[in-house]
Amino acid sequence: MSTPARSAPALRRIEPSAVGAVVFRELTMYRRYWRSTTFSSIVEPTIYLLAFGFGFGSLVAQVAGYDYVDFVGTGIVATAVLFSSAFPGMFGTFVKRTFQKTYDAVLAAPVDTEELVTAEALWIALRSGIYGAVPMLVAVGFGLQPSWGMLLVPPIGVLTGFGFAAFGIWVSGIVPSIDSFGYVISAVLTPLFLVAGTFFPIDGLPGWAQSAALLNPLFHCVELVRGAVFGLELADLGHVLALVLFAVAMWLLAVRRLRSRLVL
Amino acid sequence: MSSQRTHEVAVDLGLSLRGVVKTFGALRAVDGLDLDVRSGTCLGLLGANGAGKSTTMRLLTAQAIADEGEIEVLGLPVPAQSKQARAQMGVVPQQDNLDIELTVRQNLEVFARLYRVPRADRAAAVGRALQVAQLTGRADTKVDDLSGGMRRRLLIARALVHRPRLVLLDEPTVGLDPQVRQELWALVDALRSEGVTVLMSTHYIEEAERLADDVAIMHAGRVIARGTPTALVTEHVGRRVLEVYGPPARLLEVEQVGREAGLPTRRTGPAVAVLRAETSYSVADLLPDAVARPANLEDVFVLLTGEKVE
Repeated sequence: MSTPARSAPALRRIEPSAVGAVVFRELTMYRRYWRSTTFSSIVEPTIYLLAFGFGFGSLVAQVAGYDYVDFVGTGIVATAVLFSSAFPGMFGTFVKRTFQKTYDAVLAAPVDTEELVTAEALWIALRSGIYGAVPMLVAVGFGLQPSWGMLLVPPIGVLTGFGFAAFGIWVSGIVPSIDSFGYVISAVLTPLFLVAGTFFPIDGLPGWAQSAALLNPLFHCVELVRGAVFGLELADLGHVLALVLFAVAMWLLAVRRLRSRLVL
Repeated sequence: MSSQRTHEVAVDLGLSLRGVVKTFGALRAVDGLDLDVRSGTCLGLLGANGAGKSTTMRLLTAQAIADEGEIEVLGLPVPAQSKQARAQMGVVPQQDNLDIELTVRQNLEVFARLYRVPRADRAAAVGRALQVAQLTGRADTKVDDLSGGMRRRLLIARALVHRPRLVLLDEPTVGLDPQVRQELWALVDALRSEGVTVLMSTHYIEEAERLADDVAIMHAGRVIARGTPTALVTEHVGRRVLEVYGPPARLLEVEQVGREAGLPTRRTGPAVAVLRAETSYSVADLLPDAVARPANLEDVFVLLTGEKVE
């Protein structure tokens, strides 16, 4: 005769409606500030593209078997994805958690930390998939041949962006103050984006550095983008796998870290 | 069979905490807390800063996890089924965390989704919340441009967008002007009359007296007294208080008079209050300079906790 006191609907561990609600909040906010976000996410990598394209491009015609504009025009995707995912992951999450207390309000609703982290990373990832492709389109204007494979570039950006957004969220739960992000940017992100085969091939680096590059998710992103644009190989599956592993690992770290910060 | 029925009647509680302990390092913020709120009533949780009120609120939404004890919210065990419980409760935080960049309506729309209001009902739910907040005419104003009182009304309406059965209010009127505070009281009173269970923490005595069916006085992480405001006053400080204002020497004399008459006293700034004055015929004669007033909840609070409140 034990009827449950209340008819509670079964709520699954990660509910699409919870993730959707948090993404909806981001989307509503984005309608206010999309101009500035879009500007910095697109202009910065484009400047890198032009600087390296014209600067190096005048010195070297061919790099690793590619025309330099083809080399850098595809490599730059990874830089753009990194900028538009790791930074919002770090700064945006930190501000919402500590200054605005947004996450306290979200977690008081029927939303759990893993849904919150998934939603924030997913939203950033979707954006960076688009932002990542823009500098490549700029490169098309400078001689990069358009190809159907370019349609794969936004999904590659989303996958890479998810990992770096989650990385940013994880780091935002570790740093004691917003100023500490400077250390992360200088010591982690800058080496990652310079030694990813974006602007110069990693073949010229010492052996240990080449091995280290295999641990760099951006290297796998760059290789995958070049594969998509110039022709995929079986080895590209390995790059997909590396990016998936990176995304999953960062998501796990981010959820664990943020939960310990939000749930006392 | 019959015992089970009794049990079911007994569990008609909006929320209950049993032997709950929550420590932060060496600090025992909640220290053996027993508290329950019957469905459809408003409980005022009264305590000074640091008494453990906010931690208690966080425990109820599983935004803090208890070290010991059992918590049930709307009949659901917390934290195990906290998500189901949260779907049916609204939370008004002490610190305003509205999205100031968004309009009033957008803030409500976001929360209608977070609280799973079905798509077909969302517009109506937002419209109703706008009415509750009396902000229908300001629906498209950015929150940043609202007055403090409007913001607080919106913060409360945001917690009601999904018609919760239980509402947690953490210091709902802290830092507001008296007239704004009274507006909000009307809002909370309306909730109670609709049968919503309310747990409201406050350190304003008057707020608890005006709004709460029952008051629990919290001190050092546990409830030290519980009852209706009237019952608490009668039980702990009697009906009549004699208050004497004077220089420190006179105050010491008054305290002596109280002690000799066997009556409790308490200091209130420049005065001494002699409590339970109605039980002694002689004490009024011994204190010709005293002003008589009815005993109130503040007398209880100070007597029991030794702490000052507003």
